[in-house]
Amino acid sequence: MKNKFVIRNKVLPIFLLLFSFFLFGLHTSSAQEMGIPVAAPISSAEVPAPPMNVAAKDAPNDNGHAIIVKWKLSADDGAGNKNVLSYEIWRSDNPDTGFVLRGLVPAGTSQYLDRGARDKEDKNYFPSHKNFYYIIRARSDGSYSESTVSAPAYAYGQWIHTGKLSILFTTALFTFFVVLFINWAKKGKKLYVRPIAGIDAIDEAIGRATEMGRPILYILGLGSAGELGTIASLTILNRVAKKTAEYQTPLLVPVADPVVLTVAQEAVKAGYYEAGRPDAYKEDSVWYITSMQFAYVSAVNGLMLRERTATNIYMGVFYAESLLLAETGNVAGSIQISGTDQVAQIPFFVAATDYTLIGEELYAASAYLGKEPLLLGAIKAQDWGKILIMISLILGVLAASFHLDFIVNLFRIKL
Amino acid sequence: MRWQIPLLIVFIGGVFMAVQYFVPLEFSERIYEYCVDWIIIVGVFAMGLGLWSLFRVSVSKIQTKAPAWKYNFLTLAGLFSMILLGLFSGIEEGKAFMKLFWYIYTPIQASMFALLAFYVASAAYRAFRARTLVATILLLTAVVIMLRLIPLGSVSGLNQNVASWILTVPNMAAKRAIAMGIGLGGIATALKVVLGIERSYMGKD
Repeated sequence: MKNKFVIRNKVLPIFLLLFSFFLFGLHTSSAQEMGIPVAAPISSAEVPAPPMNVAAKDAPNDNGHAIIVKWKLSADDGAGNKNVLSYEIWRSDNPDTGFVLRGLVPAGTSQYLDRGARDKEDKNYFPSHKNFYYIIRARSDGSYSESTVSAPAYAYGQWIHTGKLSILFTTALFTFFVVLFINWAKKGKKLYVRPIAGIDAIDEAIGRATEMGRPILYILGLGSAGELGTIASLTILNRVAKKTAEYQTPLLVPVADPVVLTVAQEAVKAGYYEAGRPDAYKEDSVWYITSMQFAYVSAVNGLMLRERTATNIYMGVFYAESLLLAETGNVAGSIQISGTDQVAQIPFFVAATDYTLIGEELYAASAYLGKEPLLLGAIKAQDWGKILIMISLILGVLAASFHLDFIVNLFRIKL
Repeated sequence: MRWQIPLLIVFIGGVFMAVQYFVPLEFSERIYEYCVDWIIIVGVFAMGLGLWSLFRVSVSKIQTKAPAWKYNFLTLAGLFSMILLGLFSGIEEGKAFMKLFWYIYTPIQASMFALLAFYVASAAYRAFRARTLVATILLLTAVVIMLRLIPLGSVSGLNQNVASWILTVPNMAAKRAIAMGIGLGGIATALKVVLGIERSYMGKD
């Protein structure tokens, strides 16, 4: 009797309770496996405290298709119940209805940049000058709480990017120096510019090629016509062409970009005209090979070895091909002068060529070769620019050492 | 007018490109994108000129029997076979055009790139000869930097620290100094072109 009583009153209820738990678990796990959302048990204790003080305003320094939303974190985010997992950002053009989910950020985040597309055809189009309202939803595991609706905000574009003001100011100052020194040069004031060995060597190298009766090879690099390194190289090419025309030395200019080809042909032609030898200009001395990097290298390397060029000049934008070209030129016994604004390639050129124009020297070379006062004015401005940078660096280091950040902040760029 | 109009276009284009960098407005973006589209259009037309240039130079070398003129046949054969295959059989994966690209062009290009390893070795051999004090410093620095990739037992930690200091202090300082010079030089060159002081790229008649 005692056993029956125990089974009926103690074991059976426990068994039934366990069995019901088993069934419930089976149901939920199979439902989850099937991808059916399962309503989690919601109890008032699990609902997190709502985010507060939701404020929306136009995102600064943009084209007018973004709003930045900020809020005060839920009291249960990292404190209280510590059950906030994420925040959802909901937006509507009506404060009472029509809210759509715009984004999701993890707990601990108190702002969101709601950026949309500029074009009306785009699904994510974000209209300018239209009021929007925001709600922030704090989510815990299976429950959520909502903030109150924010005040309206609309996106609009800015006329000036305030994060780039330091660049604007520095560029304006440098432009002032350039114009100032060019004006001084125009008035006939003598400007001293320091000599650069690599540039002096160009004259020597052209003379050597003339004596040897072999051609000069000029490589413009793989840059496009829009890159400053290529533009600088084209101006140097003009000066080199003028000298080769004077010495009647053949000039070979294989090109890797069709737009650069047309400009290079004009630059060489201009050089021959300036030297008073337009008849000596051959259009085929500047020709296109290919835009593919290593195919171009093989063609030029073959040219170096076949033609035994006396002088190779590499000026412009170079990548991995720099060393392949310069080493082959070295094997061919050519005197080599290089210059590039690609910092990563400078060591290769320094190792493999006789003279190297480092960085800004490439931009200065055309002015040096032309010896035109107007162009020398720009070099003088560069020197002054460098002096200003050096002073700023010293002041910045000193100020930062004393925990004074104002100089550092003056130059900070916020893109 | 032949000179003034191109110079005016360069001036307006140059000033606009500089100004638009500081103006984030939508119309500024749209004009910028419009200009960039034009670069693509000009590039496509220029490609025709480039191909014509390659064809003319190759034919001229064949006609005059210039040194190694036979290679020009290969150049022309490669050029025309790729153009014709691309036009008539398509450029989808599996077509003859793509087979030539994957099984001939790509391995050749990879081989050229692989040669770089040997060129680095030969250039390093010349550069690292300790003939002067500066060259000796360069050699020692290079040894320290290269050894950081090799496990050296108890010395590794010290070597790692020295190599890291070389890369992040003197090396970084030199790179940044060069970058600043490049920035200034770039602005000066751009100004010379935009203001019409440097116009050698325009050619002469």
